[in-house]
Amino acid sequence: MIIVTNVAFVMLGVAAVLTLLRLFRGPSLADRMVALDTLLFIGAAAIGTYVTRTGNTVFAPVIVVIALVAFVGTVVVARAIEEESAG
Amino acid sequence: MRFRPSLLLDVGARSMVPTLVLVSLYVLVVGHDEPGGGFIGGLLAGVALLVVFLAGGAAQVSRVLPIDPLTMVGAGMSVAVATSVAGMVLGAGLLDAGKLELDLAWIGKISVGSTLVFDAGVYLVVVGLVAMVLTRLGAREETAP
Repeated sequence: MIIVTNVAFVMLGVAAVLTLLRLFRGPSLADRMVALDTLLFIGAAAIGTYVTRTGNTVFAPVIVVIALVAFVGTVVVARAIEEESAG
Repeated sequence: MRFRPSLLLDVGARSMVPTLVLVSLYVLVVGHDEPGGGFIGGLLAGVALLVVFLAGGAAQVSRVLPIDPLTMVGAGMSVAVATSVAGMVLGAGLLDAGKLELDLAWIGKISVGSTLVFDAGVYLVVVGLVAMVLTRLGAREETAP
């Protein structure tokens, strides 16, 4: 299990770095917003991996909260972009 | 602010809001023994209100709430202050907590602390404040209550 979670952590780390790159470079606001959203879900996946590795479930509810809340920020920015392009 | 209505968001909010409120209540109740508490729970319920706001606008938020946000803040503040002063009246210090062990037959044993009541007060204050921000600041001038 340790090896599996180690591999998972490395993959999540690479994914996070690539997403951060998109966050910095992203030509448009929408690109940056999608990158932020992805980063949040990578964080949720990292917490899940941590819970699997240690069996410590204290942080398990955080995954639920991230899954429920992460989309709100995206929706707000999407609304703002919509408003901007409308008028 | 009333945006262009979105069917996807409307339907999503219908299932999202009850789930968020349930999670916020869970976080409120476990607050004493695990990470959580009134403030975090209140913020989560605030996010539920934000989803309502995004789907239906400021008018929808005030329609969803059972009582006026200002009354909610006042009630929450009164509950929190009353619980913290109760410790002093009963001989212990200010903000001292008591604990009640309940034996609920087949449901099992639960322990309810007076901190839960205090946290419920904090929860009400935070929800009321978020609701006030959404209904007062979120409304356009002509529709402000």
